[in-house]
Amino acid sequence: MMRRKLFFRSLAAALPFALAAVLIMHPTRARSEDAKSAPTEVRVDNFTFGPDTLTVPVNSTVTWTNKDDVPHVIASNDGVFKSKALDTDDKYSYTFSKAGTYSYYCSIHPKMVGKIVVQ
Amino acid sequence: MSKKKLFDPNPSGFIEHDHNNDGIDRRGFLKCMAWAGTGALCVIQGGVLKSYALGSQMGSGMKSHKRGEFSFVQISDSHMGFNKPANPDVIATLKAAVDKINALPEQPEFLLHTGDISHLSKPEEFDNVDQILKATNKEILFVPGEHDVLNDEGAMFRERYAKNSKGQGWYSFDKNGVHFVGLVNVMNLKAGGLGTLGPEQLEWLEGDVKHLKHSTPIVVFAHIPLWTVYPQWGWGTDDSAQALSYLKKFGSVTVLNGHIHQTMQKVEGNVTFHTAFSTAFPQPAPGAAEGPGPMKVPAEQLRSVLGITDVNYVQRRHALALVDSSLG
Repeated sequence: MMRRKLFFRSLAAALPFALAAVLIMHPTRARSEDAKSAPTEVRVDNFTFGPDTLTVPVNSTVTWTNKDDVPHVIASNDGVFKSKALDTDDKYSYTFSKAGTYSYYCSIHPKMVGKIVVQ
Repeated sequence: MSKKKLFDPNPSGFIEHDHNNDGIDRRGFLKCMAWAGTGALCVIQGGVLKSYALGSQMGSGMKSHKRGEFSFVQISDSHMGFNKPANPDVIATLKAAVDKINALPEQPEFLLHTGDISHLSKPEEFDNVDQILKATNKEILFVPGEHDVLNDEGAMFRERYAKNSKGQGWYSFDKNGVHFVGLVNVMNLKAGGLGTLGPEQLEWLEGDVKHLKHSTPIVVFAHIPLWTVYPQWGWGTDDSAQALSYLKKFGSVTVLNGHIHQTMQKVEGNVTFHTAFSTAFPQPAPGAAEGPGPMKVPAEQLRSVLGITDVNYVQRRHALALVDSSLG
């Protein structure tokens, strides 16, 4: 009986450390994994953005690649970022240092719209 | 002799009727219309704009222009610099269009180019087009397409082609009693929207036409269609209805556009809308593909889907007769 109590007591004592370790370790680990595995590429193809909504962590660099035979221009709706005209296979990158939702479009084919959600 | 019939210029069936019932003798017209060309020839015969396919009058016994008549040719979307499979040689096809124009027995007084002169707004692309079109020995009036204003808000375009224009490049002029208006609807486009004229240009247009007689024939030319062809692909202009409201009082209004790389025509009351072939590459019919990008056709068919446009006015008529002609 005593022995079991001791066991539980030591478990209870150790638990906060274990939890703290998980709490400390986990977010760091999760963040670096996300940054590695989450896609930060947008493919501009057939007059659409793929994916049209992309969610990325803060400080991610998103890269758009134009796979169309015609140029496109990546421009945020409120002027935060704007590329030069991207010819076929040209790329444009922008690093999102603040959380938020960034709506963008092709400024010469304005029916093409997309969103980057930074969190 | 081949090809498309007057008022049936449009394989996708947008125009089926002459809503004007103006009694133009289209049969006789058609005789003159056999088309072998790549553009449109517009003949102003005192009032009504008719369109002939380029090459159509050759050897067909058409009379020379009467006094007070004249013709012009519309070409569009030369996309100089484009080199993808849909047309690896846009220089050759633009030259073919020039050959068509130069072979016309009744030489047009000038050319209208309805934009996308270049593919990427590069100086050497504009230089190439200028060099090729010089062989027509004609005055050429331009409006920009979105490909001509890519990185500088149209500064280079205006410097080269529209020095005396207003605002972002719009202007008007008169020829033989016809009032021509060149509009810009490819700048300051809003996310999710279509082409845009903008309040400043609309105000200018209202003032520009206000004092003209109602009988003055009006020709409006701009890159993106001023009627809603297919909004899903951006083929229309958000505030075109406002512009057209200023033109309601006129008996004859002809709207010439490019951008969609295929011919289409629509008649709405006194207004005839028309889009021209490209000289570079075709695009799919509305909704016929997943997107509006360049359409690859077998090489031997390419010239059959490129062309120029031909228009002709006859005094006191109110319908525009248009025939579009392919390069081959």
